Amino acid sequence: MRPQHRITHPRVLHPGAWWLWALGLAAAASRTTNPVPLLLIVLVTWFVVTARRDDSPWAASYAMFFRLALLVIAVHVVFQALLSSQTQGLTVLFTLPEIPLPAGVGIKLGGEVTLEAVLNAVYYGLQLAAIFCCIGAANALGSARRLLRYMPAALYETGIAAVIALTFAPQLVSDASRVRSAARLRGGQAGAGPAPWGRRTVRGVRRFGRLAMPVVEGALERSVELAAAMDSRGYGRTTGQSVPARRLTSALVLLGSFGLLVGVYGLLTANRFGVPLLVVGALLGVVGLRVGGRRTGRTRYRPDPWALPELLVVASGVSAAALMFWTASHSPELVSLASPTQSPPVPLLACAGILVGLLPAVVAPPVPGTASAADRRRVQRADAQRTDGQRTDVERTGEVATR
Amino acid sequence: MIRLDHVSVTYAGADAPAISDVDLHVPEGELVLVMGSTGSGKTTLLRTLNGLVPHFSGGTLRGRVRVDGRDTATHHPRDLADVVGFVGQDPISGFVTDNVEDELAYGMESLGLPAATMRKRVEETLDLMGLADLRGRPLAHLSGGQQQRVAIGSVLTTHPRVLVLDEPTSALDPLAAEDVLSALHRLVHDLGLTVVLAEHRLERVVQHADRIVWLPGGGAAVVDGTPADVLARTPIGPPVVELGRLAGWSPLPLTVRDARRSSATLRARLGSAVPPEHLSPALGEPVATAVHLVAGYGRSVVVDGVDLTVRAGEVVALMGRNGAGKSTLLRTLAGLHRARSGRVQAGSVGMVPQVPADLLYAASVADECATSDRDADLPPGRTRALLDRLAPGIDPEMHPRDLSEGQKLTLVLAIVLAAAPRLLLLDEPTRGLDYAAKRRLVTVLRELTADGHGVVLATHDVEMVAEVATRVVVLADGQVVADGSAGEVVVSSPAFAPQVAKIMAPQAWLTARDVAAAL
Repeated sequence: MRPQHRITHPRVLHPGAWWLWALGLAAAASRTTNPVPLLLIVLVTWFVVTARRDDSPWAASYAMFFRLALLVIAVHVVFQALLSSQTQGLTVLFTLPEIPLPAGVGIKLGGEVTLEAVLNAVYYGLQLAAIFCCIGAANALGSARRLLRYMPAALYETGIAAVIALTFAPQLVSDASRVRSAARLRGGQAGAGPAPWGRRTVRGVRRFGRLAMPVVEGALERSVELAAAMDSRGYGRTTGQSVPARRLTSALVLLGSFGLLVGVYGLLTANRFGVPLLVVGALLGVVGLRVGGRRTGRTRYRPDPWALPELLVVASGVSAAALMFWTASHSPELVSLASPTQSPPVPLLACAGILVGLLPAVVAPPVPGTASAADRRRVQRADAQRTDGQRTDVERTGEVATR
Repeated sequence: MIRLDHVSVTYAGADAPAISDVDLHVPEGELVLVMGSTGSGKTTLLRTLNGLVPHFSGGTLRGRVRVDGRDTATHHPRDLADVVGFVGQDPISGFVTDNVEDELAYGMESLGLPAATMRKRVEETLDLMGLADLRGRPLAHLSGGQQQRVAIGSVLTTHPRVLVLDEPTSALDPLAAEDVLSALHRLVHDLGLTVVLAEHRLERVVQHADRIVWLPGGGAAVVDGTPADVLARTPIGPPVVELGRLAGWSPLPLTVRDARRSSATLRARLGSAVPPEHLSPALGEPVATAVHLVAGYGRSVVVDGVDLTVRAGEVVALMGRNGAGKSTLLRTLAGLHRARSGRVQAGSVGMVPQVPADLLYAASVADECATSDRDADLPPGRTRALLDRLAPGIDPEMHPRDLSEGQKLTLVLAIVLAAAPRLLLLDEPTRGLDYAAKRRLVTVLRELTADGHGVVLATHDVEMVAEVATRVVVLADGQVVADGSAGEVVVSSPAFAPQVAKIMAPQAWLTARDVAAAL
């Protein structure tokens, strides 16, 4: 068996596999408002991220998305409470002061808040939150940046623009903060006593207006520099393709992407046009990418292999989605609650599918360079058995392994 | 390998050509140093070599540039990517990807090399440039020297025949610069690469150069010859050359080693003369005190328990490798960065940041000066008067961004000094400055200390330190590892010793000027 097919061989999994797995789970989440499978999805993503993330800065993005998810739920509940109406239920929790609105507006502000409305908000919020967690997991495990490396050749320019944007935004932020701190060196010198409030505000406003100048100029200069560097390094040395052929590629790819988008939308909203549009879009896209891919004489450095672990990871995500979709079409009462106050049923099959999504924590190869807890324990045990003189050496190996 | 025939470049809207009538032939396997003061057209000359001028910059190029037989009139920079590797002034702005390995592979991907070749070349380049430990690291997390080595490595992977570098060591500490230069040396000697580089810090590069192209600027003809020939004729030169001229050595030594061999007689002649101490003539009261200062970012401690007192009338040079905490210490002293613990006591502080242009917002020098007067509540004209004292004759209508590096620095210095700070902090002030501008800066700093200012400058420039510092503080890992007079600290240090000190050891002379005074 070639090493890349082994699930125990440490390597980085193809980012595409992570995204497909996460999209599978997200698709599953999109079809249900039942809190049981939704919570399960959140748990699954958290567990897999914990088991298989590396130490790159992107890996921290899961926490950020998780916080965002909590915020989504909170916002949902607050708005629902503010705008809830009697039609959503009869169990009144408490009454807020109501702001009278002209009749016919169709909404009301404040007033009675019902248990049903709040629960509904929580469930819908939870659905969004679960999707956020899926995206966060995909980002943490296979960063968008790494995924962009696999942009098909036909979309190479788009890909490079996206990569540059991903670099540029943080640089702009750091530029701005550098310039802002430099600006504090001008005028009321740092270390001088505080100026009267009014004058400080006037100065602050004036200064803010001026700050944009060096930041924008710096950004422009840098983009020109970058363009020069890319040009000098052979960017755009295509093997030559006629203008009509290039247009054909663009048209095919654009139409294909559009078809894919509409198709996915249709599929997720259970529209009958979904599947055919998806197929047509995919076909158009593939043809476009094939046609366009022929033109660039570019090659790719060290592409991540697509081997058995990738297939297993994708399969686990797909099965989560498939079982959820099957449940949704055969027993819809299990995935969307008839009444928010009932105790949610447990869709066994769908939950089993989501639990299959847990497999990547095992079948995805371990991240290279980080020792598992067991390894660390082994080192410690060995360490304890050594004499003092040898200890430092072992500690150092342990340290390296941990890193 | 490179042939320029009567090349003149005139940028759109410019009155005078940036370079005029340059005739140059560089055979294969030479390391050519392009020198000249700021604005003499060094960068323009370098950029003609891979066609960035005129294809990218616009303007008119007269004459003919051919590299490896390819005429840049018919070849775009991208068509020359496999022949000329071009590394710009600021490595970060040229990075396309975000980690070391991908950056090295980027050029090869563009050329469409097979995967196996790419794999092999990336590994070779990682070793060649000493980057193997950094292969997966994000580029943003690297130090300046590492970034520069990645930038060079990333153009080397396409196996160009010519390497063109614009000020490759100006931002680096002496050891990192030495790393980069020895890597270049190896490329020239082992692989037969032709290297053309521009650099202000002649003391670092001259010994590696086979040939010097001197752009005197101002329309004068380009001088081209062996380093000894050219340096004998130029007004500027590294300290080793200055000392050689002073002592009348012939042929003019270019390396410390050559000079050391000829220096026995000079040392004997100086005999028991005592080298000047470079101490401050009049120490005033403290203008800043830091006690047990700790500062950092996130979980990393960058300044780790520093005690430092700066008195009026002294110039403290803060040295140490890239990332040793020099900038953070300055920022903390200036109040830009919050100390985590410890205490900073400073009266009025002015700071010139690493990128002086960050302080320039207005559309003209006159505007800039007026704004500065307003900000500091000064009568109009004060900043301009200061500027004229520091560097007379800067056109008030010019856009600050169009000034040369040295002029930008003086303008910012004038703006900062307008508020009359007792303590002046300078972060890497000599970056991109030519010898003339540096000399002017030395004079300005001397005047400031005589006026009772205290100055702290963080710098890698050992020659600058030898000229101006009355005290040297070496930081390593955020801690002070040496603190004393320039003579005590730098003379014995292999990394920080100025050239004259190396030549004259064991006598502790720091600059050619000191030697001249004693003779």
